[in-house]
Amino acid sequence: MNIEDYKGVFTFAQQVHGELSNVSLELIGKARDLAADLETNVSVVLLGHQIGHLAKELVAFGADRVIVIDDPVLDEYRTEPYTQGLTAIIDAYKPEIVLFGATAIGRDLAPRVAGRVHTGLTADCTSLDIDPEKKEFRMTRPAFGGNVMATIICPEFRPAMATVRPGVMVKELRDDQREGEIVTFDYTFVENQAYFQIEEVIKKVSHKIDITEAKVLVSGGRGLGDANCFDLLQGLADALGGEVSCSRAVVDAGWLPKEHQVGQTGKTVRPQLYIACGISGAIQHLAGMEEADYIVAINKDPDAPIFNVADVGIVGDLHRIVPLLTEKILAEKEK
Amino acid sequence: MKIIVCIKQVPDTTEVRLDPKTGTLIREGVPSIMNPDDKSGLEAALRLKDEHGAHVSVISMGPPQAKEMLREALAMGADEAYLVTDRAFAASDTWATSSILAAAISKLDYDLIITGRQAIDGDTAQVGPEMAEHLGIPNVSYAEEIQLEEGSILVKRQFEDFSHMVRAKFPALITALGELNTPRYMTPGAIFDAWSNKEITEWNRADVPVEDSNIGYRGSPTRVAKSFPKTMKSPGMKIEEGVEESVEFILDKLKEKYLL
Repeated sequence: MNIEDYKGVFTFAQQVHGELSNVSLELIGKARDLAADLETNVSVVLLGHQIGHLAKELVAFGADRVIVIDDPVLDEYRTEPYTQGLTAIIDAYKPEIVLFGATAIGRDLAPRVAGRVHTGLTADCTSLDIDPEKKEFRMTRPAFGGNVMATIICPEFRPAMATVRPGVMVKELRDDQREGEIVTFDYTFVENQAYFQIEEVIKKVSHKIDITEAKVLVSGGRGLGDANCFDLLQGLADALGGEVSCSRAVVDAGWLPKEHQVGQTGKTVRPQLYIACGISGAIQHLAGMEEADYIVAINKDPDAPIFNVADVGIVGDLHRIVPLLTEKILAEKEK
Repeated sequence: MKIIVCIKQVPDTTEVRLDPKTGTLIREGVPSIMNPDDKSGLEAALRLKDEHGAHVSVISMGPPQAKEMLREALAMGADEAYLVTDRAFAASDTWATSSILAAAISKLDYDLIITGRQAIDGDTAQVGPEMAEHLGIPNVSYAEEIQLEEGSILVKRQFEDFSHMVRAKFPALITALGELNTPRYMTPGAIFDAWSNKEITEWNRADVPVEDSNIGYRGSPTRVAKSFPKTMKSPGMKIEEGVEESVEFILDKLKEKYLL
């Protein structure tokens, strides 16, 4: 392998049922920074069926080129055909870097592709940059349950691949005037032993909440005491136009479903306002929320680690503070 | 039916504390455990064995001390245990680890391979799918329910806000979520048996049919350039006042920041 032959920053545009995932747009934002430092451009790979209309959207968010494979075999995500398509594009274009979202799809597809092209893959990155002198791609990720950070390089293999935590990178503003090239890639899929069959697509019926999209999060921890106390938090979240999230302890206790969980094994969030109620602030939780613009913490324990990252720390009883705060905010809005 | 479960011994990262002065990890006294997702994978295999009859082997790559964990797996009900261990395998990244494990597994007969979704010390979720790639078999990640059908496995595969019901023909690999089940405890009789009567097969470098260029540090495409303690942002204000004062304080701050 001559690594000099590999040029350009590529991202995988995850789409599910014809809708682009937010992380796909965040990756393009980051890829633009990397491409600027490497004096190259950004290509976005779009796989699916009847998804042509999404290519223009990707250009509007910063893609210089969109490479599309549109085939019925790609209608629902399946590991093997997506691996075949992406590997064929990597073989044809020889990119230097390929980025994926660290989602249930990206974390399945990326290792399969890395295995097939024989290259390095770094999981769940929270920071990516280019060494200004060596022009080397550096991938930084939490390790050891979020207790330490590790910077990973891939010196001898290309493309260097990484999955990136959703909610960490920042997407560019949409610009429908932006121009980009849209290329259709011809590929004939070959059914092999690694194919499997999808018998059924089960959409979750519950009210779909996405805490990573919320501007305001009111988050609860073990200090709430019991599941009923979430009504308190929901009241405050409603008053602020936000959503309710929680720590792992709350999910483990069965008080809220997993999709509300913030942290190392949950979601990374960066809302404008994060109000942590009765959350002690284990390092695994902090890993998922410390990038919030403004953090208010309410906790009985004056030594709780959450106070180390909070902009405003209130030592006190959330069961008394939250209802009054909700009432005052509603009164404020009446004015 | 033959099932192979891949398990890893990991430090219990929820027990890790940071030295407040230096910001480095305090590793002393951190217990080693069977990785939780792997334990759910083992439990899933044992339930298939209970319901349909199966031969369950467990395999681990790691230092000799991982034998303790393999004995625990035997005491839970696994039939056979393999430890892949050699200094030549140390410092392997996910590519090299998956190459070594796939080569070791290729010496065994199997219909189904189960791994945990991810290990709590690395959180990569890569070794399972990469092994399936090396073995040329399908992988179904993030299994939240499984069901056996003639010659194939039916898996409820979890995504963020939907699921697939997937049918994969044997041989296949699945990665298990912790939500799949609650692992059983060892029984006293089985513990005695596992520690006194059962053997663990040890495979070293020469026993594993894998190229030198795919193992250890030199066979790893990724390298750790540096690791460092996480820098926390500096704390803001902390007050300890009455309820009224606290609420007023929050309101003032939110207004100041135009959040109200």
